[in-house]
Amino acid sequence: MTTTTSATPTPAAPTNKLGFTKQDYVGSKSTLCAGCGHDSITAQIINAAFESSIEGHRVTKYSGIGCSSKTPAYFINQGWGFNSVHGRMPSIATGASLANRTLINIGVSGDGDSMSIGMGQFVHAVRRNIPMIYIIEDNGVYGLTKGQFSATADKGSHLKTGAVNDFPSIDPCTLAIELGCGFVARSFSGNPKQLNALLKAAFAYQGTVVLDVISPCVTFNNHDASTRSYKHVKDHDFPLHDLGFIQYSEVEEVDIPAGETEIVTFPDGSKVSIKAIHEGYEPTDRFGAMKAIHESMAKGEFLTGLLYINPTQPPLPEVLNLVDEPLATLGEDLLKPSPAELDKIMQALM
Amino acid sequence: MTAALAAPSPVGGAKTRINDFSIQVATVNGSGSQTANTVLLRAIFQMGVLVSGKNLFPSNIAGLPTWFTIRASAKGYVARKASNEMLILMNPETAKEDIAKADPGALVIYDEPLQLDKLRSDLAYTPVPFQKLVTASCPEPKLHKLVKNMIYVGVAARLLGIDMEEVKKAIAKQLKGKTKAIELNQNACVAGYDWAMENLEDQDHIKVVRDNKTQGLIIIDGNEACALGALFAGVTVVGWYPITPASSLVETFIEYAEEYRKDPKTGKSTVAIVQMEDELASAGVVLSAGWAGARSMTSTAGPGVSLMSEFIGLGYYVEAPGVFFNVARTGPSTGLPTRTQQSDVELCAKCSHGDTLHVNLYPGTMEECFQFAYDAFDLAERFQTPIFVVTDLDLGMQNWASKPFAYPAKPYDRGKVLNQQQLAEVKDWGRYKDVDGDGIPFRSLPGTPGGKGAYTTRGSGHNAYAQYSEKPEDYLEVVDRLKRKYETAKSHVPGPVFRNQGSDKGVLAFGSSDPAVIEAQDILAEGGLKTDYLRLRALPFTAEVDAFVKEKKVVYVVEQNRDGQMANLFRETYPEHATKFKSVLHYDGHAIDAKSIVDQITAFEQK
Repeated sequence: MTTTTSATPTPAAPTNKLGFTKQDYVGSKSTLCAGCGHDSITAQIINAAFESSIEGHRVTKYSGIGCSSKTPAYFINQGWGFNSVHGRMPSIATGASLANRTLINIGVSGDGDSMSIGMGQFVHAVRRNIPMIYIIEDNGVYGLTKGQFSATADKGSHLKTGAVNDFPSIDPCTLAIELGCGFVARSFSGNPKQLNALLKAAFAYQGTVVLDVISPCVTFNNHDASTRSYKHVKDHDFPLHDLGFIQYSEVEEVDIPAGETEIVTFPDGSKVSIKAIHEGYEPTDRFGAMKAIHESMAKGEFLTGLLYINPTQPPLPEVLNLVDEPLATLGEDLLKPSPAELDKIMQALM
Repeated sequence: MTAALAAPSPVGGAKTRINDFSIQVATVNGSGSQTANTVLLRAIFQMGVLVSGKNLFPSNIAGLPTWFTIRASAKGYVARKASNEMLILMNPETAKEDIAKADPGALVIYDEPLQLDKLRSDLAYTPVPFQKLVTASCPEPKLHKLVKNMIYVGVAARLLGIDMEEVKKAIAKQLKGKTKAIELNQNACVAGYDWAMENLEDQDHIKVVRDNKTQGLIIIDGNEACALGALFAGVTVVGWYPITPASSLVETFIEYAEEYRKDPKTGKSTVAIVQMEDELASAGVVLSAGWAGARSMTSTAGPGVSLMSEFIGLGYYVEAPGVFFNVARTGPSTGLPTRTQQSDVELCAKCSHGDTLHVNLYPGTMEECFQFAYDAFDLAERFQTPIFVVTDLDLGMQNWASKPFAYPAKPYDRGKVLNQQQLAEVKDWGRYKDVDGDGIPFRSLPGTPGGKGAYTTRGSGHNAYAQYSEKPEDYLEVVDRLKRKYETAKSHVPGPVFRNQGSDKGVLAFGSSDPAVIEAQDILAEGGLKTDYLRLRALPFTAEVDAFVKEKKVVYVVEQNRDGQMANLFRETYPEHATKFKSVLHYDGHAIDAKSIVDQITAFEQK
C-alpha cells in the first residue's frame, strides 16, 4: 500500500484534537482532469475531516462507477474504500453500516450513478436513513464515457456536441426531502467555505445526509450553452445563508451570535448556525424548503446551503434496535444457541 | 343422511397395501386444504408410518386448483410416486380430469354433487355429502368453506384405519393453541369419521397399520432447516427480497431470531434483517456486510440470482464473503414459480460475467440443509467469497421426516482476518497476496484501529496490494490465484455420499433427486441391474468424485432440468470421460419420481 506521508513538516504543521495533521487525511493522487470540480470537493472532505478530528480508521468510503466514484481513493487513506458497481453504492453502504455501526460512512456518487442507474438504491437508502454522508458530485453529464447527458441535466441544455436535452431534469434535493431525508443540502464546488461548513455539519449528523454538489465538468460540460458550466453556476448560485458549524466540544466556548442567526442543535450537542440571506428561510420547514427550491429552479437559480434539516430522525441501526457493539465482532457465545435450545426446537417439530 | 352407499372395494381384488400407498387430494387454493392435508399427513406419521407430502400449488392466492400428494411407505421411500391409490376430489374444476388420469382400481372420495361415478367403471367411488355434514357440525356458516376439508380427513381416517386420537392430536399440533379453531376442526373431522362409520363398509385396498418407523423423528421443510442452520451459524446481517419458493427461509429465520437473537442483557437484536428493494440491493448488503466482517446471507430463487449476478461477480473478484441460498424453481424467466426444478446448476456454478467459479453446496436431506447452511458461513469466511447453498422448491417447501438435527459443535471458522496487533507485526501485507500457497489472502476489517490495514476494495483491475492496476501481470496474478483458491476448496467442501451395489455402472445425482434415485436403484437391482450411486454434495468436485468418474464405465447423471446442466459440468471438467455421461432427466415441474429414472436407465441399457 502506498500511504502518502509528508516530509518533515516545516514549520510544525498544525494538528487537530487527535494529534493528526491535515496530511493524515489525504489520499492518493487524483487522476481526474486538471481543474475538475470533483477535486475541489475532495479537498473540502479532507479539510472538514481534519478540522472535525474524524478518526480515519473508522471512515469507510463507498462509491459506484464514474468519475466521481474514483474520488474516494483521493482522500482519507486511513479509511477503507469500496468502489463497487454502477448505481449500487447505497446497498454497499447499507450492509457495511449494519455490520459495524461504529463506522463513519461517506458515499461519493455522481448524477448518473445516483439519478439514472442507481435511482432505485438512492431512493431506498434515503428512506431507511442509513448513517452516511451521501455526496452527489453533480455535473449533469457522463464524463467517464465521454460526455452523454445524465438525468440531472436541465431540459434544453446543450452538450458540447450541440445535442439538446429534451427531458426534464431530476433534482436530488427535492427528491430527498420528499423521501424523508433529515439533512438535505446543495453546494457548489467553487464555494469551498460553504461546502466545508456543510461537510462538518454532515459529520455530526447521525442519519443520511444528501449533499448535492454542483461540480462542473471541465472537459465535457464547461461551455457557454451548458447550465452546469463554472460561469453559469457562479452567475446563478444563490446562497441561502452563511453557515457556521460548531462541534459539540466547542459549544461552551463559542459565543453564538443572536439576531438573524438560527441555531440547529444535533443530538450530540453540535450546532449549526444559519445566518439568513434569503429572507425568512426556515430550514426546518419541509414544505417551505420544497417551495423555495422549486421557485429558485423556475428562475434558473441554484439555491445553495442547508436546504432542510431535521436532526432527530433515528438512523437504521437504531430503528432495527441493534446491539451497540459491531455485529461483525460479536462472539460465538452470543450468537450460537445452546444444545438445550436446539433440543427445544427439535421437540417442537416432533 | 344420504342413502348408504355400497362399500367400495378394490377393483380386481388386489392384495391389501399396508402402509404403502399414495393419496392425492385435489382442492381449491386458499380453501384451508393445506391445514387438512398436513393433519392427514401428520396423523399417518404419528401412527409410526414413514410418510412424505408434496404440495402442488398454483402461483395464486386463492381460487386456482391445488393438489397434495401423501405417500406412505413401509420401506421408507419418500419420493413422489406418480400413481395414486386414493383420490380425494373436492375441486369441481378439475374433478373430471382427475378421474380421467386416475390409476385403475383407485378409491375415489368425492363431493357428492359432482356425480363422478358414471365417468369410469374401473374405480371405486365414495361420494360424501360434504355440505350437509359441515352444516351439521359447524355452527358458523362463514367458516364452512374452511372446515369442509377437515371432513374428508375424517372419512379418509375411517377408510384407512387411522386412529382418530392421532388425528385430533395432529389438529391440535397444527393449529398451535388456537382453542376455538382446534375445536371446530376436530368436530368437522369427527363428523366425517362418524358418517363414514355409519354409512360405509370398510375397505381392504389400502390400510394404515401402526408401526414404529417414525419414533423420534421430526417433520420439517428445507427452508426451515436452512434457517436453523443460519441461526446456529450466527448470521448477523440478512438482506432479502421476497420470492417464491425462498421467502419462507428468511421468514422462518425472523421468527427464530425473535426468540434466539436478543442480547440477554439489553434485549437488543444481534442480527440486522432488512427487506431490501430488490435482489440487487440484497446482494449488495450481503457482500458489504461480509466485507465489513459480519456473517451475512440472503435467500432467493432463480430470477433473484439473475439479478444478483453482477454483484456475485464483484464478490468473487474483490473476495467478499456472503451466503446465498437459492431455492430453485422452474425456469426460464418467471417460469412456473410454484413448481420445482434443478435448473440453476450452471447459473450458480459460474454466476456473473467474466471468468468466475463459485463454491456450491447441494444438500439432499433435511439434516444436510441444516448442516450445510451452518458450514456455508465458515466456507464464505474461510474462502472470502460468495457461497451458494442450492436447494429447490421440493426440498425447501415440502414436508420431510428427518432425524432431529445434531448440535453443530464445531466452532466458527472466521477465516484469515488480521487484527490490529497482527497488522502491526506483519511485514509487507498485501490484501491480495498469497502468502501460504492456498490461494487465500489475509484480509483486514474496516474500523480496525492502529493506522494499518486500510485499503480500497475495487471491482476494477487490482494488484496484490489492492492498488488499481491494468498491468497484464497484475491481472494474471489475481485471477490465477483465485483459481488456486477454488482448487483449495476441494478439500473443504463436503464429499459425496455413496450407495454402492457393486457395479461398474454409476448413477450420479444431487439434492432433491436423492429419494427417487434410491428407490430407482432398488427397483433396477430387483430387475437385475446393479448400480453404484454417488450423491454429489458440492462444487468443486472432490477427489472421490474424480475417482468415481474414472472407474465407472457409464455414469447416469440424474437431474431435474432439460439440458443436463450437471452432466455438462462433468463433461467440461472430465473431457477425457465425456462420453460416459448419460443424462436422466425430469423437468415438468413435478418432483422427480423413481419410475421415470428406471424407465430412462432401462432404455439406455437396452440400446
